[in-house]
Amino acid sequence: MSQYETVFGAIDDFKTGGVIAIDDDPKNYVFSNVYEVAAKSAPWERVAVGKNFEYVIEAMRAEGTSAWYSCAHDEFALNMDDREVTVELLKLDDPDSLVDQESEGGHKLAGEPAGRKMGWVKLRRGHMALLPVGSAYRFVAEAPACVLIQTIQGPETIERWADICQSVPMSA
Amino acid sequence: MPDSLPLQSEFKVNPADNQTGYKSFQAGSFQFSRDEYFAHISWPGGQHTIPADSFMRSLMRDVAWGFFYGTVNFDPVFGTTNYYGEVDMFAGATNEAYKAVGRDYTERFKAEDLMQIFKEMVSDWTNEGYDPFAAPMETGQAWGVKNGDNDEAVTRQRVTAKRMVGLPGDTPLRSDESGYPVNRMFADVDQGEPEVHVEPGFENEVSGYNLFAYLSRSDVTWNPSVCSVVQESLFCPTSEEFTLPVEHGNDRCEWFCQLSDEIIWDIKDGNTGRNRAKVLMRAGDIACMPADIRHQGFSNKRSMLLVWENGSPKIPELIREGKAPNVAVKF
Repeated sequence: MSQYETVFGAIDDFKTGGVIAIDDDPKNYVFSNVYEVAAKSAPWERVAVGKNFEYVIEAMRAEGTSAWYSCAHDEFALNMDDREVTVELLKLDDPDSLVDQESEGGHKLAGEPAGRKMGWVKLRRGHMALLPVGSAYRFVAEAPACVLIQTIQGPETIERWADICQSVPMSA
Repeated sequence: MPDSLPLQSEFKVNPADNQTGYKSFQAGSFQFSRDEYFAHISWPGGQHTIPADSFMRSLMRDVAWGFFYGTVNFDPVFGTTNYYGEVDMFAGATNEAYKAVGRDYTERFKAEDLMQIFKEMVSDWTNEGYDPFAAPMETGQAWGVKNGDNDEAVTRQRVTAKRMVGLPGDTPLRSDESGYPVNRMFADVDQGEPEVHVEPGFENEVSGYNLFAYLSRSDVTWNPSVCSVVQESLFCPTSEEFTLPVEHGNDRCEWFCQLSDEIIWDIKDGNTGRNRAKVLMRAGDIACMPADIRHQGFSNKRSMLLVWENGSPKIPELIREGKAPNVAVKF
């Protein structure tokens, strides 16, 4: 048995820290917890938990089978939970007709797009998958899980900072 | 970038001292020497002393990061500020007391010139068995007279994946065989890789890897490495133990997402060093360091931290024009 226990979180088991202000506004730190955000989200909502100019990190509650998405650039999915999330990938026959190639961020597609099966990746906790440009992807999760998406702000990105972030100082 | 500082061009490496065996160095008007316990820095009108272990850990990061983003404070007095091509080396420039009485001192260098002398210094001042990248309990000691070297440790290259770790032709996974055993504090981290099914022809695109296992095998601390890339959005996860050796005063907003365990961040004002906040981050917590602070982390149990950087080339220009925001999101 390991002498040390590595502490991870889960969508139904997390403990948050916080900003202990000395001479500052806690809002400046845009502090939230990705598990808490996913736990309070509807399935497949992609809520921004980090934003740096146009780039975002989205926290997504994976539960059930998602719609198909596509994107004009690479994205990455990181499963933060110890519950399996499968990523299915299609090579689109005509990506330009579905997503403007100058656009940014993930786009939800209507129905099942035409394309060739590329394969799938089963993600458990800590596993990251490439969501490659020119493909369509969807997620399948039998139990709720928290997934982070590294991407650019797009039509699927939800911003609700005031709801998710710490706004008053934490007690020391 | 503050104007009107001439570029310094005088550099000197002096012979090894008869008593300590260490060389001394000169960059511009700054003089560097070390003895058994301390690094000594002097400049016109001032001098400063830093414990050798602390100085070596800081110097190692400044070298490995290529002066990094913004200011690297070795301690409350001495440090460097990166202007991307040119670098300021300073004493007291980010210290309220030094500034108030006009005792701060700064010189400017070409980055490649200063880097060269820093590399020579970190090589000469690192003894056999000591690794300034390693956690204190995982390395020999920094103290004593000159005793061999450890160039293999101090010349490590920072990992920079082009697209994602594990993709064909990109940064490889870590394993026992490649010299990256699981760290003692991460012995309980699942090493299983994701199950991947690839249809023929898509081997370069259908890919996944176990990031947490990858981090559990990191042989360095406080050394962010690029693991996935969306244009200029860089996921730079790292493993952390003991303290971040420097107080990092980033010139841009910098995001942290705690992937495991816990880090306490000490936040001070970037210009004055006055305390502003403490940020306690536990697994799943995500927060942004404002662009006008300096931060230093403390991690008792080795932990996994996702450092998220925006490497856009437009940002230095925005910083110069004063248009880069100090806070990433207002709500």
